[in-house]
Amino acid sequence: MAERKTITLNMGPQHPATHGVLRVELELEGETVVRARPIVGYLHTGIEKTMESKLYYKAIPETDRMDYLAPMSNNLGYCLAVEKLMDIEVPEKVKWARVCLAELTRINSHLVWLGTHALDLGALSPVLYTFRDREMILDIYEACGGQRMMTSYIRIGGLAHDLPLDFDKKVANLLKVFPEKIKEYETLLTENQIFINRTRGVAVISAEDAINWSLSGPMLRGSGVRHDLRKANPYSGYENFDFEIPIGENGDAYDRYKLRIEEMRQSLRIARQALDGMPEGPYRAHVPGVVLPPKEDVLHKMESMIFHFKIITEGFKAPCGSVYQAIESPKGEIGFYIVGDGTNRPRRIRVRPPSFVNIACLPALCEGRMVSDVVCAIGSVDIVLGEVDR
Amino acid sequence: MEFEQEVREFINGRFGEDVIAEDNFRNQLSFIVKPAAVFDICQALQEDDRLDVRFLADIAMVDWLGHAEEKKGRFELVYNLYSLKHKGRFFLKTRLPADKPEIKSLTPLWNGANWLEREAFDMMGIIFTGHPDLTKILTPDDLEGHPLRRDFPLTWEQPQFSWNKDDPPEVIK
Repeated sequence: MAERKTITLNMGPQHPATHGVLRVELELEGETVVRARPIVGYLHTGIEKTMESKLYYKAIPETDRMDYLAPMSNNLGYCLAVEKLMDIEVPEKVKWARVCLAELTRINSHLVWLGTHALDLGALSPVLYTFRDREMILDIYEACGGQRMMTSYIRIGGLAHDLPLDFDKKVANLLKVFPEKIKEYETLLTENQIFINRTRGVAVISAEDAINWSLSGPMLRGSGVRHDLRKANPYSGYENFDFEIPIGENGDAYDRYKLRIEEMRQSLRIARQALDGMPEGPYRAHVPGVVLPPKEDVLHKMESMIFHFKIITEGFKAPCGSVYQAIESPKGEIGFYIVGDGTNRPRRIRVRPPSFVNIACLPALCEGRMVSDVVCAIGSVDIVLGEVDR
Repeated sequence: MEFEQEVREFINGRFGEDVIAEDNFRNQLSFIVKPAAVFDICQALQEDDRLDVRFLADIAMVDWLGHAEEKKGRFELVYNLYSLKHKGRFFLKTRLPADKPEIKSLTPLWNGANWLEREAFDMMGIIFTGHPDLTKILTPDDLEGHPLRRDFPLTWEQPQFSWNKDDPPEVIK
Protein backbone atom coordinates (compact mmCIF):
# COMPACT_ATOMS: atom_id res chain seq x y z
CA MET A 1 0.00 0.00 0.00
CA ALA A 2 1.28 3.42 -0.91
CA GLU A 3 2.33 5.79 1.82
CA ARG A 4 -0.30 8.34 2.79
CA LYS A 5 0.96 11.79 2.06
CA THR A 6 -0.60 15.00 3.22
CA ILE A 7 0.13 18.57 2.30
CA THR A 8 -0.47 21.64 4.43
CA LEU A 9 -2.34 24.47 2.82
CA ASN A 10 -2.69 27.91 4.29
CA MET A 11 -6.01 29.61 3.63
CA GLY A 12 -6.26 33.26 4.54
CA PRO A 13 -5.95 35.58 6.39
CA GLN A 14 -6.48 37.57 3.20
CA HIS A 15 -8.92 35.38 1.38
CA PRO A 16 -12.25 36.47 -0.08
CA ALA A 17 -14.14 33.50 1.35
CA THR A 18 -13.01 33.92 4.95
CA HIS A 19 -15.17 37.01 5.54
CA GLY A 20 -12.39 39.10 6.95
CA VAL A 21 -9.09 38.00 8.38
CA LEU A 22 -9.72 34.43 9.43
CA ARG A 23 -6.86 32.07 8.68
CA VAL A 24 -7.33 28.34 8.39
CA GLU A 25 -4.47 25.89 8.32
CA LEU A 26 -5.62 22.88 6.31
CA GLU A 27 -3.95 19.53 6.13
CA LEU A 28 -5.04 17.86 2.92
CA GLU A 29 -4.87 14.41 1.53
CA GLY A 30 -5.66 14.89 -2.10
CA GLU A 31 -8.71 17.06 -1.92
CA THR A 32 -9.91 15.76 1.43
CA VAL A 33 -9.39 17.80 4.57
CA VAL A 34 -7.66 15.69 7.21
CA ARG A 35 -7.23 18.44 9.77
CA ALA A 36 -8.35 22.03 9.92
CA ARG A 37 -7.14 24.59 12.41
CA PRO A 38 -8.72 28.04 12.44
CA ILE A 39 -6.33 30.76 13.56
CA VAL A 40 -7.83 34.04 14.71
CA GLY A 41 -6.56 37.24 16.27
CA TYR A 42 -5.52 39.24 13.23
CA LEU A 43 -8.09 41.90 14.03
CA HIS A 44 -7.54 41.99 17.78
CA THR A 45 -7.88 45.57 18.97
CA GLY A 46 -8.26 45.08 22.72
CA ILE A 47 -11.86 46.23 22.91
CA GLU A 48 -12.45 44.69 26.35
CA LYS A 49 -9.35 46.37 27.72
CA THR A 50 -10.39 49.70 26.23
CA MET A 51 -13.87 49.44 27.70
CA GLU A 52 -12.42 48.87 31.16
CA SER A 53 -10.59 52.16 31.00
CA LYS A 54 -13.67 54.19 30.09
CA LEU A 55 -16.72 55.46 31.93
CA TYR A 56 -19.79 53.28 31.50
CA TYR A 57 -21.31 55.74 29.04
CA LYS A 58 -18.28 56.05 26.88
CA ALA A 59 -17.90 52.33 26.27
CA ILE A 60 -21.03 52.20 24.08
CA PRO A 61 -19.29 53.11 20.78
CA GLU A 62 -16.89 50.21 21.35
CA THR A 63 -19.79 47.78 21.15
CA ASP A 64 -20.72 48.90 17.64
CA ARG A 65 -17.28 48.08 16.43
CA MET A 66 -17.41 44.45 17.47
CA ASP A 67 -20.18 43.10 15.32
CA TYR A 68 -20.36 45.94 12.84
CA LEU A 69 -23.15 44.28 10.90
CA ALA A 70 -25.44 44.27 13.91
CA PRO A 71 -24.61 47.48 15.80
CA MET A 72 -28.02 47.88 17.43
CA SER A 73 -27.98 44.38 18.91
CA ASN A 74 -24.63 45.02 20.54
CA ASN A 75 -25.72 48.40 21.89
CA LEU A 76 -28.83 46.76 23.25
CA GLY A 77 -26.93 43.97 24.99
CA TYR A 78 -24.49 46.33 26.64
CA CYS A 79 -27.11 48.86 27.70
CA LEU A 80 -29.36 46.15 29.14
CA ALA A 81 -26.43 44.84 31.15
CA VAL A 82 -25.59 48.26 32.57
CA GLU A 83 -29.27 48.90 33.27
CA LYS A 84 -29.38 45.64 35.18
CA LEU A 85 -26.27 46.60 37.14
CA MET A 86 -27.71 50.02 38.01
CA ASP A 87 -31.24 48.65 38.45
CA ILE A 88 -32.87 51.01 35.95
CA GLU A 89 -36.30 50.42 34.47
CA VAL A 90 -36.73 52.00 31.03
CA PRO A 91 -40.02 53.47 29.68
CA GLU A 92 -42.32 51.26 27.60
CA LYS A 93 -41.76 53.21 24.43
CA VAL A 94 -38.03 52.62 24.66
CA LYS A 95 -38.55 48.88 24.94
CA TRP A 96 -40.74 48.73 21.85
CA ALA A 97 -38.46 50.95 19.81
CA ARG A 98 -35.48 48.82 20.82
CA VAL A 99 -37.26 45.63 19.78
CA CYS A 100 -38.18 47.14 16.43
CA LEU A 101 -34.60 48.27 15.78
CA ALA A 102 -33.09 45.00 17.00
CA GLU A 103 -35.24 43.06 14.55
CA LEU A 104 -34.32 45.35 11.66
CA THR A 105 -30.73 44.72 12.66
CA ARG A 106 -31.31 40.99 12.45
CA ILE A 107 -32.56 41.40 8.89
CA ASN A 108 -29.61 43.65 8.09
CA SER A 109 -27.10 41.09 9.36
CA HIS A 110 -28.83 38.17 7.65
CA LEU A 111 -28.91 40.07 4.35
CA VAL A 112 -25.17 40.54 4.37
CA TRP A 113 -24.72 36.93 5.36
CA LEU A 114 -27.02 35.73 2.58
CA GLY A 115 -25.33 37.78 -0.11
CA THR A 116 -21.79 36.86 0.82
CA HIS A 117 -22.55 33.20 1.51
CA ALA A 118 -24.14 32.81 -1.91
CA LEU A 119 -21.21 34.69 -3.43
CA ASP A 120 -18.76 32.24 -1.86
CA LEU A 121 -20.65 29.38 -3.43
CA GLY A 122 -20.57 30.92 -6.88
CA ALA A 123 -23.96 32.61 -7.07
CA LEU A 124 -23.06 36.15 -8.04
CA SER A 125 -26.41 37.85 -8.17
CA PRO A 126 -27.94 37.53 -4.66
CA VAL A 127 -25.33 39.87 -3.20
CA LEU A 128 -26.49 42.63 -5.56
CA TYR A 129 -30.09 42.25 -4.42
CA THR A 130 -29.36 41.95 -0.72
CA PHE A 131 -27.05 44.96 -0.64
CA ARG A 132 -29.59 46.98 -2.60
CA ASP A 133 -32.29 46.19 -0.07
CA ARG A 134 -30.02 46.65 2.92
CA GLU A 135 -29.87 50.31 2.00
CA MET A 136 -33.42 50.71 3.27
CA ILE A 137 -32.38 49.55 6.72
CA LEU A 138 -29.24 51.68 6.70
CA ASP A 139 -31.41 54.67 5.82
CA ILE A 140 -33.48 54.04 8.92
CA TYR A 141 -30.29 53.81 11.01
CA GLU A 142 -29.13 57.06 9.54
CA ALA A 143 -32.41 58.76 10.36
CA CYS A 144 -32.21 57.47 13.95
CA GLY A 145 -28.61 57.76 15.00
CA GLY A 146 -27.06 59.86 12.25
CA GLN A 147 -24.77 57.08 11.07
CA ARG A 148 -25.27 54.17 8.77
CA MET A 149 -23.24 51.54 10.59
CA MET A 150 -21.77 52.59 13.93
CA THR A 151 -25.03 54.01 15.24
CA SER A 152 -24.55 54.00 19.04
CA TYR A 153 -28.24 54.90 19.07
CA ILE A 154 -29.29 52.81 22.04
CA ARG A 155 -28.01 54.40 25.23
CA ILE A 156 -28.06 53.53 28.89
CA GLY A 157 -31.60 54.16 30.10
CA GLY A 158 -33.09 54.89 26.71
CA LEU A 159 -32.20 56.15 23.26
CA ALA A 160 -29.85 58.85 22.03
CA HIS A 161 -32.69 60.95 20.62
CA ASP A 162 -36.37 60.50 20.13
CA LEU A 163 -37.33 58.41 17.10
CA PRO A 164 -37.24 60.52 13.93
CA LEU A 165 -40.54 61.96 12.69
CA ASP A 166 -40.71 59.80 9.59
CA PHE A 167 -39.68 56.64 11.42
CA ASP A 168 -43.18 55.14 11.14
CA LYS A 169 -43.38 55.89 7.45
CA LYS A 170 -39.94 54.49 6.68
CA VAL A 171 -40.42 51.28 8.63
CA ALA A 172 -43.95 50.79 7.29
CA ASN A 173 -42.61 51.12 3.77
CA LEU A 174 -39.89 48.56 4.51
CA LEU A 175 -42.41 46.15 6.00
CA LYS A 176 -44.58 46.51 2.92
CA VAL A 177 -41.94 45.76 0.33
CA PHE A 178 -39.73 43.27 2.16
CA PRO A 179 -41.87 40.12 1.95
CA GLU A 180 -41.61 40.38 -1.85
CA LYS A 181 -37.87 40.87 -1.65
CA ILE A 182 -37.40 37.77 0.49
CA LYS A 183 -39.39 35.83 -2.10
CA GLU A 184 -36.99 37.18 -4.69
CA TYR A 185 -33.97 35.82 -2.84
CA GLU A 186 -35.68 32.50 -2.46
CA THR A 187 -36.32 32.31 -6.20
CA LEU A 188 -32.62 32.69 -6.74
CA LEU A 189 -31.45 30.08 -4.26
CA THR A 190 -33.94 27.80 -2.55
CA GLU A 191 -34.48 25.49 -5.49
CA ASN A 192 -31.25 26.27 -7.26
CA GLN A 193 -29.71 22.86 -7.93
CA ILE A 194 -26.12 24.10 -7.72
CA PHE A 195 -26.79 25.81 -4.41
CA ILE A 196 -28.49 22.70 -3.04
CA ASN A 197 -25.62 20.47 -4.12
CA ARG A 198 -23.12 22.78 -2.49
CA THR A 199 -24.97 23.08 0.82
CA ARG A 200 -27.17 20.06 1.52
CA GLY A 201 -25.41 17.56 3.75
CA VAL A 202 -22.41 19.86 4.07
CA ALA A 203 -21.02 21.21 7.35
CA VAL A 204 -23.30 18.97 9.39
CA ILE A 205 -23.37 19.15 13.17
CA SER A 206 -25.68 17.13 15.36
CA ALA A 207 -27.78 18.65 18.14
CA GLU A 208 -25.73 16.96 20.83
CA ASP A 209 -22.45 18.18 19.36
CA ALA A 210 -23.83 21.66 18.87
CA ILE A 211 -24.63 21.90 22.58
CA ASN A 212 -21.26 20.42 23.52
CA TRP A 213 -19.50 23.01 21.36
CA SER A 214 -21.51 25.78 23.11
CA LEU A 215 -22.96 26.92 19.79
CA SER A 216 -25.81 29.39 19.81
CA GLY A 217 -28.13 31.18 17.44
CA PRO A 218 -28.85 29.72 13.99
CA MET A 219 -25.98 27.23 14.42
CA LEU A 220 -27.78 25.63 17.36
CA ARG A 221 -31.30 25.93 15.96
CA GLY A 222 -30.21 24.56 12.60
CA SER A 223 -29.50 21.28 14.37
CA GLY A 224 -33.02 21.11 15.74
CA VAL A 225 -32.64 22.63 19.20
CA ARG A 226 -35.50 25.04 19.77
CA HIS A 227 -33.61 27.57 21.85
CA ASP A 228 -33.95 31.29 21.45
CA LEU A 229 -33.23 33.73 24.25
CA ARG A 230 -36.05 35.96 23.05
CA LYS A 231 -38.47 33.22 24.11
CA ALA A 232 -36.43 31.44 26.79
CA ASN A 233 -35.43 34.46 28.87
CA PRO A 234 -37.31 37.42 27.38
CA TYR A 235 -35.64 40.82 27.66
CA SER A 236 -36.77 44.27 26.61
CA GLY A 237 -40.41 43.19 26.46
CA TYR A 238 -40.11 40.31 23.98
CA GLU A 239 -42.71 38.39 25.98
CA ASN A 240 -45.36 40.71 24.48
CA PHE A 241 -44.65 39.67 20.91
CA ASP A 242 -46.07 36.84 18.93
CA PHE A 243 -43.54 35.01 16.78
CA GLU A 244 -42.21 31.55 15.95
CA ILE A 245 -38.75 30.11 16.35
CA PRO A 246 -37.85 28.27 13.16
CA ILE A 247 -35.58 25.24 13.52
CA GLY A 248 -33.74 22.98 11.10
CA GLU A 249 -33.68 19.20 10.97
CA ASN A 250 -30.38 18.00 9.60
CA GLY A 251 -28.00 20.62 10.95
CA ASP A 252 -26.46 21.21 7.53
CA ALA A 253 -25.69 24.42 5.67
CA TYR A 254 -28.91 24.23 3.65
CA ASP A 255 -31.05 24.02 6.79
CA ARG A 256 -29.28 27.01 8.24
CA TYR A 257 -29.97 28.91 5.03
CA LYS A 258 -33.69 28.08 5.19
CA LEU A 259 -33.76 28.95 8.85
CA ARG A 260 -32.21 32.37 8.41
CA ILE A 261 -34.62 33.17 5.60
CA GLU A 262 -37.50 32.22 7.89
CA GLU A 263 -35.98 34.28 10.70
CA MET A 264 -36.09 37.32 8.46
CA ARG A 265 -39.82 36.76 7.94
CA GLN A 266 -40.35 36.42 11.68
CA SER A 267 -38.34 39.58 12.27
CA LEU A 268 -40.65 41.45 9.90
CA ARG A 269 -43.56 40.12 11.89
CA ILE A 270 -42.09 41.35 15.18
CA ALA A 271 -41.15 44.71 13.70
CA ARG A 272 -44.74 45.10 12.45
CA GLN A 273 -46.12 44.42 15.92
CA ALA A 274 -43.60 46.78 17.51
CA LEU A 275 -44.47 49.54 15.09
CA ASP A 276 -48.23 49.14 15.48
CA GLY A 277 -48.19 48.88 19.23
CA MET A 278 -45.56 51.47 20.07
CA PRO A 279 -46.82 53.55 23.00
CA GLU A 280 -46.24 57.25 23.45
CA GLY A 281 -43.93 58.44 26.14
CA PRO A 282 -40.46 59.64 27.02
CA TYR A 283 -37.50 58.21 25.16
CA ARG A 284 -35.26 58.05 28.20
CA ALA A 285 -35.71 56.95 31.78
CA HIS A 286 -35.70 59.62 34.47
CA VAL A 287 -32.90 58.58 36.80
CA PRO A 288 -30.98 61.67 37.88
CA GLY A 289 -27.26 61.20 38.10
CA VAL A 290 -27.20 58.01 36.07
CA VAL A 291 -29.15 58.51 32.88
CA LEU A 292 -28.40 61.60 30.83
CA PRO A 293 -31.29 64.08 30.91
CA PRO A 294 -32.93 64.86 27.56
CA LYS A 295 -30.97 67.37 25.54
CA GLU A 296 -33.83 69.85 25.35
CA ASP A 297 -33.88 70.05 29.16
CA VAL A 298 -30.12 70.51 29.33
CA LEU A 299 -30.46 73.71 27.33
CA HIS A 300 -33.20 75.16 29.52
CA LYS A 301 -33.02 73.75 33.04
CA MET A 302 -30.18 74.23 35.45
CA GLU A 303 -30.48 70.88 37.27
CA SER A 304 -30.42 68.97 34.00
CA MET A 305 -27.40 70.94 32.91
CA ILE A 306 -25.56 70.04 36.12
CA PHE A 307 -26.45 66.34 35.87
CA HIS A 308 -25.42 66.28 32.25
CA PHE A 309 -22.08 67.81 33.11
CA LYS A 310 -21.50 65.45 36.03
CA ILE A 311 -22.39 62.32 34.08
CA ILE A 312 -20.22 63.27 31.14
CA THR A 313 -17.19 64.26 33.19
CA GLU A 314 -17.14 61.85 36.11
CA GLY A 315 -19.80 59.29 35.24
CA PHE A 316 -21.76 57.39 37.84
CA LYS A 317 -20.56 54.96 40.46
CA ALA A 318 -21.71 51.40 39.98
CA PRO A 319 -22.31 49.11 42.95
CA CYS A 320 -19.96 46.24 43.78
CA GLY A 321 -21.32 43.22 42.00
CA SER A 322 -21.46 41.46 38.69
CA VAL A 323 -24.26 41.05 36.18
CA TYR A 324 -24.61 39.03 33.02
CA GLN A 325 -27.11 39.95 30.35
CA ALA A 326 -27.39 37.91 27.19
CA ILE A 327 -29.47 38.73 24.16
CA GLU A 328 -30.19 36.86 20.96
CA SER A 329 -28.13 38.69 18.39
CA PRO A 330 -28.34 37.66 14.71
CA LYS A 331 -25.25 35.47 15.21
CA GLY A 332 -26.25 33.89 18.49
CA GLU A 333 -26.04 34.61 22.17
CA ILE A 334 -24.11 37.80 22.78
CA GLY A 335 -23.64 38.38 26.48
CA PHE A 336 -22.07 41.12 28.53
CA TYR A 337 -20.62 40.22 31.90
CA ILE A 338 -19.98 43.45 33.73
CA VAL A 339 -18.24 43.66 37.08
CA GLY A 340 -18.71 46.88 39.02
CA ASP A 341 -16.27 47.64 41.82
CA GLY A 342 -17.78 50.73 43.40
CA THR A 343 -15.98 53.21 41.14
CA ASN A 344 -17.11 55.00 38.01
CA ARG A 345 -15.25 52.62 35.73
CA PRO A 346 -16.03 48.95 35.27
CA ARG A 347 -13.60 46.50 36.83
CA ARG A 348 -14.22 44.16 33.94
CA ILE A 349 -16.42 43.94 30.88
CA ARG A 350 -16.40 40.49 29.41
CA VAL A 351 -18.13 39.97 26.10
CA ARG A 352 -19.45 36.52 25.34
CA PRO A 353 -18.87 36.57 21.60
CA PRO A 354 -21.18 34.34 19.53
CA SER A 355 -18.97 34.32 16.41
CA PHE A 356 -15.86 33.42 18.39
CA VAL A 357 -17.53 30.46 20.06
CA ASN A 358 -19.28 29.34 16.87
CA ILE A 359 -16.21 29.37 14.63
CA ALA A 360 -14.30 27.20 17.12
CA CYS A 361 -16.27 24.19 15.84
CA LEU A 362 -14.99 24.64 12.27
CA PRO A 363 -12.74 21.54 12.48
CA ALA A 364 -15.77 19.44 13.43
CA LEU A 365 -17.68 20.83 10.44
CA CYS A 366 -15.15 20.23 7.72
CA GLU A 367 -12.73 17.45 8.69
CA GLY A 368 -13.11 14.50 6.36
CA ARG A 369 -14.78 16.61 3.68
CA MET A 370 -13.62 18.28 0.50
CA VAL A 371 -11.66 21.55 0.39
CA SER A 372 -14.51 23.35 -1.34
CA ASP A 373 -16.78 22.51 1.59
CA VAL A 374 -14.56 24.53 3.92
CA VAL A 375 -15.73 27.66 2.14
CA CYS A 376 -19.33 26.61 2.59
CA ALA A 377 -18.75 25.77 6.27
CA ILE A 378 -17.16 29.14 7.07
CA GLY A 379 -19.97 30.91 5.26
CA SER A 380 -22.75 29.04 6.98
CA VAL A 381 -21.38 29.71 10.48
CA ASP A 382 -21.84 33.44 9.82
CA ILE A 383 -18.92 35.14 11.52
CA VAL A 384 -17.83 38.71 11.83
CA LEU A 385 -14.14 38.90 12.57
CA GLY A 386 -14.48 42.20 14.40
CA GLU A 387 -16.33 40.27 17.06
CA VAL A 388 -14.25 37.09 16.95
CA ASP A 389 -11.07 39.02 17.69
CA ARG A 390 -12.45 42.02 19.56
CA MET B 1 -37.01 29.92 40.75
CA GLU B 2 -37.79 26.25 41.03
CA PHE B 3 -34.75 25.42 38.94
CA GLU B 4 -32.53 27.61 41.08
CA GLN B 5 -33.77 25.86 44.20
CA GLU B 6 -32.98 22.48 42.66
CA VAL B 7 -29.49 23.58 41.66
CA ARG B 8 -28.92 24.92 45.15
CA GLU B 9 -29.97 21.64 46.72
CA PHE B 10 -27.90 19.62 44.28
CA ILE B 11 -24.69 21.58 44.76
CA ASN B 12 -25.04 22.04 48.50
CA GLY B 13 -26.00 18.41 48.93
CA ARG B 14 -23.16 16.88 47.01
CA PHE B 15 -20.44 19.49 47.26
CA GLY B 16 -21.42 21.24 50.47
CA GLU B 17 -17.88 21.48 51.81
CA ASP B 18 -16.56 22.99 48.56
CA VAL B 19 -19.04 25.85 48.45
CA ILE B 20 -17.65 28.93 50.17
CA ALA B 21 -20.61 31.24 49.69
CA GLU B 22 -23.65 31.94 47.59
CA ASP B 23 -24.48 35.21 45.94
CA ASN B 24 -27.77 36.51 44.60
CA PHE B 25 -26.92 39.94 43.26
CA ARG B 26 -29.73 41.19 40.97
CA ASN B 27 -31.43 37.80 41.15
CA GLN B 28 -28.54 36.00 39.52
CA LEU B 29 -27.60 32.85 41.32
CA SER B 30 -23.90 32.26 41.74
CA PHE B 31 -21.84 29.93 43.87
CA ILE B 32 -18.37 30.78 45.05
CA VAL B 33 -16.54 27.47 45.13
CA LYS B 34 -13.05 26.15 45.72
CA PRO B 35 -11.01 25.91 42.50
CA ALA B 36 -10.24 22.22 43.00
CA ALA B 37 -13.95 21.38 42.95
CA VAL B 38 -14.97 23.13 39.73
CA PHE B 39 -14.31 20.20 37.44
CA ASP B 40 -16.17 17.72 39.65
CA ILE B 41 -19.16 20.01 40.07
CA CYS B 42 -19.39 20.60 36.33
CA GLN B 43 -19.10 16.90 35.60
CA ALA B 44 -21.81 16.03 38.11
CA LEU B 45 -24.08 18.74 36.73
CA GLN B 46 -23.56 17.60 33.17
CA GLU B 47 -24.32 13.99 34.02
CA ASP B 48 -27.47 14.80 35.95
CA ASP B 49 -30.43 14.30 33.62
CA ARG B 50 -32.93 16.08 35.82
CA LEU B 51 -31.06 19.40 35.95
CA ASP B 52 -29.80 19.08 32.37
CA VAL B 53 -27.00 21.65 32.67
CA ARG B 54 -25.33 20.88 29.37
CA PHE B 55 -24.50 24.30 28.00
CA LEU B 56 -21.31 26.08 29.00
CA ALA B 57 -22.10 29.59 27.82
CA ASP B 58 -18.95 31.39 28.79
CA ILE B 59 -15.83 31.56 30.94
CA ALA B 60 -15.13 35.07 32.19
CA MET B 61 -12.00 36.12 34.02
CA VAL B 62 -11.57 39.07 36.35
CA ASP B 63 -8.39 40.58 37.76
CA TRP B 64 -8.90 42.11 41.23
CA LEU B 65 -5.45 43.68 41.52
CA GLY B 66 -5.48 46.70 43.79
CA HIS B 67 -9.01 46.16 45.12
CA ALA B 68 -10.11 45.06 48.57
CA GLU B 69 -11.34 41.83 46.98
CA GLU B 70 -7.79 40.90 46.06
CA LYS B 71 -7.09 39.21 49.39
CA LYS B 72 -9.53 36.43 48.48
CA GLY B 73 -7.35 35.64 45.47
CA ARG B 74 -6.29 37.90 42.65
CA PHE B 75 -7.91 36.15 39.71
CA GLU B 76 -11.56 35.25 39.53
CA LEU B 77 -12.92 32.77 37.01
CA VAL B 78 -16.63 32.79 36.30
CA TYR B 79 -18.19 29.76 34.65
CA ASN B 80 -21.50 30.61 33.07
CA LEU B 81 -23.73 27.52 32.96
CA TYR B 82 -27.10 27.22 31.30
CA SER B 83 -29.79 24.60 31.20
CA LEU B 84 -31.58 24.44 27.87
CA LYS B 85 -34.42 22.39 29.34
CA HIS B 86 -35.17 24.64 32.32
CA LYS B 87 -34.05 27.86 30.61
CA GLY B 88 -32.11 28.73 33.73
CA ARG B 89 -28.67 30.21 34.22
CA PHE B 90 -26.27 30.26 37.13
CA PHE B 91 -22.61 30.92 37.74
CA LEU B 92 -19.73 29.14 39.40
CA LYS B 93 -17.12 31.58 40.62
CA THR B 94 -13.71 30.65 41.87
CA ARG B 95 -10.59 32.47 42.98
CA LEU B 96 -7.03 31.71 41.98
CA PRO B 97 -3.91 33.09 43.69
CA ALA B 98 -1.63 35.53 41.87
CA ASP B 99 1.48 33.38 42.11
CA LYS B 100 -0.05 30.17 40.79
CA PRO B 101 -3.22 30.70 38.73
CA GLU B 102 -3.85 27.08 37.83
CA ILE B 103 -7.08 25.16 37.42
CA LYS B 104 -8.17 21.92 35.83
CA SER B 105 -9.36 22.29 32.25
CA LEU B 106 -12.98 21.59 31.34
CA THR B 107 -12.13 20.42 27.82
CA PRO B 108 -12.83 16.75 28.63
CA LEU B 109 -16.43 17.79 29.36
CA TRP B 110 -17.06 20.47 26.76
CA ASN B 111 -15.44 21.02 23.38
CA GLY B 112 -16.63 24.60 23.64
CA ALA B 113 -14.32 25.14 26.63
CA ASN B 114 -11.30 24.78 24.37
CA TRP B 115 -11.25 28.25 22.88
CA LEU B 116 -12.75 29.94 25.92
CA GLU B 117 -9.90 28.61 28.05
CA ARG B 118 -7.31 29.50 25.44
CA GLU B 119 -8.65 33.03 25.54
CA ALA B 120 -8.47 33.14 29.34
CA PHE B 121 -4.89 31.89 29.12
CA ASP B 122 -3.88 34.41 26.50
CA MET B 123 -5.59 37.45 27.95
CA MET B 124 -5.24 36.80 31.69
CA GLY B 125 -2.55 34.16 32.02
CA ILE B 126 -4.62 31.47 33.69
CA ILE B 127 -3.09 28.00 33.27
CA PHE B 128 -5.57 25.23 32.52
CA THR B 129 -4.03 21.88 33.32
CA GLY B 130 -4.95 19.06 30.97
CA HIS B 131 -5.85 21.39 28.11
CA PRO B 132 -4.85 19.75 24.81
CA ASP B 133 -3.66 22.91 23.09
CA LEU B 134 -3.06 25.78 25.49
CA THR B 135 -1.60 28.34 23.09
CA LYS B 136 -2.08 32.01 22.38
CA ILE B 137 -5.23 32.79 20.47
CA LEU B 138 -5.88 36.51 20.09
CA THR B 139 -2.61 38.33 20.68
CA PRO B 140 0.43 38.24 18.37
CA ASP B 141 2.93 35.46 18.99
CA ASP B 142 5.69 37.86 20.01
CA LEU B 143 3.64 39.73 22.60
CA GLU B 144 4.81 39.11 26.13
CA GLY B 145 2.40 39.31 29.02
CA HIS B 146 -1.34 39.07 29.30
CA PRO B 147 -3.17 42.20 28.18
CA LEU B 148 -6.26 41.98 30.39
CA ARG B 149 -4.25 41.97 33.62
CA ARG B 150 -4.64 45.27 35.40
CA ASP B 151 -0.88 45.85 35.52
CA PHE B 152 -0.55 45.56 31.76
CA PRO B 153 -0.13 49.08 30.38
CA LEU B 154 -3.08 50.42 28.42
CA THR B 155 -1.47 52.51 25.72
CA TRP B 156 2.04 51.18 25.55
CA GLU B 157 2.78 48.76 22.74
CA GLN B 158 5.01 45.79 23.16
CA PRO B 159 6.41 45.49 19.65
CA GLN B 160 8.69 48.46 20.10
CA PHE B 161 8.99 50.92 17.28
CA SER B 162 11.35 53.84 17.03
CA TRP B 163 8.65 56.29 18.13
CA ASN B 164 7.83 54.61 21.43
CA LYS B 165 11.13 53.02 22.27
CA ASP B 166 11.89 55.31 25.20
CA ASP B 167 8.31 55.65 26.48
CA PRO B 168 7.79 54.24 29.94
CA PRO B 169 4.79 51.92 30.26
CA GLU B 170 1.70 53.67 31.56
CA VAL B 171 -0.35 51.68 34.04
CA ILE B 172 -4.05 52.31 34.52
CA LYS B 173 -5.27 52.75 38.05
